[in-house]
Amino acid sequence: MRFLEQVGEATLGSLSYVGALAMLAGRAGYFTFVGPFVGRPVRFTRAVSQAMETGVRCLPILSLITFFIGLILALQSAYELKRFGALNYVASAVAISMTRELGPLITAIIVIGRSGSAFAAEIGTMKVTEEIDALETMAINPVQFLVAPKFVAMILMLPCLTIWANTMGVIGGSLFGVLQADFTFTRYITATLDALFLRDVITGLIKSLMFGMTITAVGCLEGLLTGGGAEQVGRSTTRAVVVSIFLVILVDLIFTTLFFFLGGGK
Amino acid sequence: MSAKRKLDAFDPRDFPSDGPMISLRNLRVSYSGREILHGVNFDVQRGETLVILGGSGSGKSTLLRTLVGLELPSSGEVWIAGKNFAAISNAERDEIRKKLGMSFQGGALFGSMTVGENVGLPLREHTKLEEPTIEIMVRLKLDQVGLSGFEDYFPSQLSGGMKKRAAVARALAMDPEILFFDEPSAGLDPIIAAGIDQLILELKKAFHMTIIVVTHELASAYLIADRMVLINKGEVIASGTVQQMQLSTQPKVRQFLDRIPEPAVAQELDYLQMLTEGQPRAK
Repeated sequence: MRFLEQVGEATLGSLSYVGALAMLAGRAGYFTFVGPFVGRPVRFTRAVSQAMETGVRCLPILSLITFFIGLILALQSAYELKRFGALNYVASAVAISMTRELGPLITAIIVIGRSGSAFAAEIGTMKVTEEIDALETMAINPVQFLVAPKFVAMILMLPCLTIWANTMGVIGGSLFGVLQADFTFTRYITATLDALFLRDVITGLIKSLMFGMTITAVGCLEGLLTGGGAEQVGRSTTRAVVVSIFLVILVDLIFTTLFFFLGGGK
Repeated sequence: MSAKRKLDAFDPRDFPSDGPMISLRNLRVSYSGREILHGVNFDVQRGETLVILGGSGSGKSTLLRTLVGLELPSSGEVWIAGKNFAAISNAERDEIRKKLGMSFQGGALFGSMTVGENVGLPLREHTKLEEPTIEIMVRLKLDQVGLSGFEDYFPSQLSGGMKKRAAVARALAMDPEILFFDEPSAGLDPIIAAGIDQLILELKKAFHMTIIVVTHELASAYLIADRMVLINKGEVIASGTVQQMQLSTQPKVRQFLDRIPEPAVAQELDYLQMLTEGQPRAK
């Protein structure tokens, strides 16, 4: 009986957490899309500076990591393809794995590490130092002021970063292609483009959009839930990262399944 | 004052000019099932400076948070400017909040903004004033708290006392009718603290604002208060002018004002009783 109780409690806890996430995302969405029409515009400059931080400053590390991932993918698939004498399929293997799965996922994980944790730490610190309370007493809605610009920045930047990650992955793969599989760089790129359908790229981008919303909602919610004291900020930051990674993978699973069946299993 | 007129021009809703500015009626506030305030009643008149005194854990901070709408009462009424703060919509509450200024204990300035941006924030958010006008108003407010020329500093570059002053300037930005101070002199040396007291007195004299100060600093309370309220364990145990309080013979009031420590636990039995009751032994 005790076990069942615990399972029930954990289930309810998870559901209410997801509910809180959805509510926060909903309110941020309201201030982003509806707010401007009722005289509450999103803070454009804040969104831009957030986009710089989340997007542009992420490029060097993202480029490096996805370049390596592309190269690793090429090496791993070549190991199997070589046995069938199908080494020229390396380009399509890399392209499809990157655009459909690894591009969005790796981007999301890097953004969680850089920005999701930063959101939780920033908002958590503001909670501890009464800055969130100060916003409320000044009749400024914290969700509108703090969360909505982050939301805008993330849903704009994550797909962009994902496209960049896909490109860098392909370039990484081409290094192997050119050195080991008798491709020229141009031929490798042509082979990549031939292998890809628009569908592959689009499904990846839809997933990255969902990842962006998930990461922002978790980071900001964890920040807003921070209790008193500096160590709580640390806890919130850690939780933001762990919960974000878990939820991103879950969202990935859900959408990949959805696309699998919608695409007729193709 | 011209700036004051300008602000009034775009905020037509006026606070009523008669009756108390704030009335609490049987106010009860609970945190996660535990009641912190057990039925608080008092009025604050227009232009009056009320000091809320109380020891640590007496509920005075909760009271202040309830007054600015950060906590909602579990029962009772909080009348601010003729409206029951606890029973109105968020939009209405925000309208009233625009006329309240709050100076937080640690300042609560936004670290990512300069002092000038902090002070200008409520103006940028709530008014349609032109940028040059806002800059003038920011300079004016900083001048009022003695921080002229610090617009471009970040809060982290200011000393404790200057942060408090900057926070007061931000609280003054919208020309509030009521100004709240949470522990204005906490963590400041006596000279800086005296400076903050002086600032409160000057604001009172210059703008005839209603000022509510939560503190446990007696010297500061005697200096700035028109009236005092003493809170103990979530209840108002005494209220009156500084003189009335000083003449009070109530034991709890005397203990607080004369700074008499709680008697040490003398016997093992008392100690056990204190532990089981979860509160210091009653005298």
